Amino acid sequence: MTLNKLKPGQIGTVKELYSKDSERRRMVDLGILPGTRIENVMPSPLGDPIAYRVRSAVVALRSEQAELIEIEENI
Amino acid sequence: MTTQAKTISECGSCATSCNTAHLTKLGIKTGGWDYVVALAGNPNTGKSTIFNRLTGLHQHVGNWAGKTVTRAEGAFTLNEKKYKLVDLPGTYSLLSTSVDEEIARDFVLFGKPDVTIVVADATRLERNLNLVLQILEITDRAVVALNLIDEARRANLTIDERALARDLGVPVVPMSARRGEGVTELLNAVESVAEGKFPARAHRIKYADEKLEKAIETLAAELRAEFADLPNARWVALRLLEGDESIIKAVRLNQLGTVKEAGIFPSLVQIEAN
Repeated sequence: MTLNKLKPGQIGTVKELYSKDSERRRMVDLGILPGTRIENVMPSPLGDPIAYRVRSAVVALRSEQAELIEIEENI
Repeated sequence: MTTQAKTISECGSCATSCNTAHLTKLGIKTGGWDYVVALAGNPNTGKSTIFNRLTGLHQHVGNWAGKTVTRAEGAFTLNEKKYKLVDLPGTYSLLSTSVDEEIARDFVLFGKPDVTIVVADATRLERNLNLVLQILEITDRAVVALNLIDEARRANLTIDERALARDLGVPVVPMSARRGEGVTELLNAVESVAEGKFPARAHRIKYADEKLEKAIETLAAELRAEFADLPNARWVALRLLEGDESIIKAVRLNQLGTVKEAGIFPSLVQIEAN
């Protein structure tokens, strides 16, 4: 599934990035790469963007960014 | 705007930083420097706090979004040498395409600072090391300021700064700029790198692929022939191979290094000197 499907409080592990070039570079610079643990911390009032915890920092991603990140939900 | 040079001995109010002997905060009197020191780091790591500590200025932190480029400059003297300190925009990376990241990158790459202080947040070290490694790819002359070490301690984080310094090949200074802790050690490290007393052996990413290494070398040699003053042709070659639009444009317009540098200096410094 893709990151935008992760529910608040759920944790996943990044499997693959579908973005390209500078958009992909941006994700990697934020520490989001295959194997990274990522948690949905909370949605913004309108539901987009969503705040995620990555490597002990919280970053906000828009849903069009989150849907380019393939994850596996941690159970 | 007023300028005022304040020596440490005149300052009786701050407890911890007053043991920093031979430091004179010069505010914005930046003329006639011996060394240029750049301050780089992720956003919110305390770069400006360090900047204010060393220069005696009270820089109000701003945002660097948009085309208007504002950078802060200050100065201090240490053991009779004058240092110009340049506060760069906070950035997670030198490779992405936002304007602020380009400013930071261009200064580290083409501004030829004598020392680059990379400020890292000790509580979020892992994500901060990305920029540290990128800067070490550009320059050997760096010092890592492991800031917010007091907060790290509070979070029960212990950092083996000696192992980190050994692995990175540059000095690593744990500090708390807010509390004035580690400022003397930072200055000592900056001085030793500036004066070439610290052996330069910064960690470099090596590429296992032979074809890639060959392509880098071929391209770097051509770049050196074309741009004589280029401090790090290898790095530029890597970016060209990666397809970095801003670098391709700079090469095409023959603006690599020189004109680029002028491009980032047009605006006036927006600092309130105290």
